[in-house]
Amino acid sequence: MKSIKNHLSLVIALLSILFSIQVFLIVDRSINAYKENLANNYSVIAVSQKRLTNHNILSINKIISNAEELSPDSVIKRLNSDMQNKNIELLKLSLPKFYKITLSYYPSPKEIGKLTADLLRNSSITKVENFSSNHNTTYKLLLLFKSVVTIFALVVIIVTILLIFKELKIWQYKHNERMNIMGLFGAALWLRSAVLFRLAIVDALIASFLALCIFLYISSSPWVLQQFSYIGINIVIFNPLEDFAIILGVALSISVVLASLIVVGHKEEV
Amino acid sequence: MDKVIIAKDLSLSYSNSETIINKVNFSVDSGSFVFITGASGSGKSTLLKSLFGALKPKQGSLVVGGVELVGISCSKLNFLRRHIGIVFQDYKLVKEWSIDKNIMLPLIINGYVKSVAQSQVDKLLKHVRLNHQVGKYPLELSGGEQQRVAMARALAHNPVLILADEPTGNLDEYSSDLIWKLLEGANKQLNTTVIVVTHNIPQTLNVEYKHFHIEYGSIHEVN
Ligand SMILES: Nc1ncnc2c1ncn2[C@@H]1O[C@H](COP(=O)(O)OP(=O)(O)OP(=O)(O)O)[C@@H](O)[C@H]1O
Ligand SMILES: [Mg+2]
Repeated sequence: MKSIKNHLSLVIALLSILFSIQVFLIVDRSINAYKENLANNYSVIAVSQKRLTNHNILSINKIISNAEELSPDSVIKRLNSDMQNKNIELLKLSLPKFYKITLSYYPSPKEIGKLTADLLRNSSITKVENFSSNHNTTYKLLLLFKSVVTIFALVVIIVTILLIFKELKIWQYKHNERMNIMGLFGAALWLRSAVLFRLAIVDALIASFLALCIFLYISSSPWVLQQFSYIGINIVIFNPLEDFAIILGVALSISVVLASLIVVGHKEEV
Repeated sequence: MDKVIIAKDLSLSYSNSETIINKVNFSVDSGSFVFITGASGSGKSTLLKSLFGALKPKQGSLVVGGVELVGISCSKLNFLRRHIGIVFQDYKLVKEWSIDKNIMLPLIINGYVKSVAQSQVDKLLKHVRLNHQVGKYPLELSGGEQQRVAMARALAHNPVLILADEPTGNLDEYSSDLIWKLLEGANKQLNTTVIVVTHNIPQTLNVEYKHFHIEYGSIHEVN
């Protein structure tokens, strides 16, 4: 019981920091996945007087991943009945060409503006429809969501670090006593602080493993998976190996820095 | 005879406050048994603190175990302390450690093998009549029991010098006798130098001893 209590305060503090980092990672990844999803569904329509090759269009802006010529057949079909075939062929030639342009990723409003301008600079393109007002709201919502989560994570991390610094005084006092006594019996500094560093490292390991378990559990929960598939995200948003490395690194550095602060602040009392 | 402690014109004080020990001269022979008495607040604990280097001499020279404590380096002081066993007036047990581990501390610091250290701890627990309390934590023990743990810890590594600050202050007659017997045994069998601060010198002690009295910042020997 005693040893559990010894570990609890640091483990909980670390866990809350790790939790916010992990949530931030997951949100960031989900937003990117969602953006990719949006990019697949989003396209710009360009109207051109002359036929343009795929190569022509791709060279206009790097963001363009594909251009597809829309067939005018469906429009013509409606006129079909009262026209001769020969006239239809003539009409087809005089009709402007419609291109559906798909993009390699979901652009920012600024990128859309530039893309539109680039397209219009081409002398044969007369009109571009970019559905910008629709796109704008979606994009702004995404940004808003991401900044809310980032701010939230930052606030949690800052508050926890402040709490840790307050706790540091208590730990300093607690460890000072033991380190002092060890020093009075001639223990070298490394031996005096060994317990502290071991405690710090063990706590970092415990907190990291707890965080890993929590997120493994969450990410394999059918309910969560279903929510993600509803918004069309099917990629893995929790990457156990990479995330554990990040979490462990953060936890170890925080706790080792704390332990060093205590050792540096240690003074022998008389 | 070798001197374990030589103090010359030694003055002690806590950072810039009044002088507590003023220009005293005394020495302690190796293997001797010494009592230090004096009124409360006369500076007995202060003197002991200087002997294990926790309080730097304000003036003069203090040599312990052949090492000058004025301007001593950290590593040298650590080395010296490994050969000293201290019983503190306030025990100074590590609260988060069991009493076994507390007693083992000097053995760990001196690099004893775990099994040797463990059997030494078992032996000492028996000596101080605490073998029924194995595994308990200091705060689960009575004051007198904690004091006996502190005594056992001071004896654990067979130190050359034992400094005991009122080691029987909280004990009944039976336990006090036990402590005196232990100190007597260390002194006689291992030729350990023993310096004890106390208010009453035991009558039953079976060793020759010196008696220093501290008064008004100076030390004189009582015959
Ligand atoms: N850490 C300290 N800082 C400042 N002054 C101290 C400190 N410890 C003790 N003193 C002062 O030094 C004087 C001597 O104290 P010391 O503890 O040596 O007395 P003592 O002889 O051991 O008394 P007692 O028999 O009550 O234990 C006292 O006046 C005390 O106020
Ligand atoms: Mg005292």
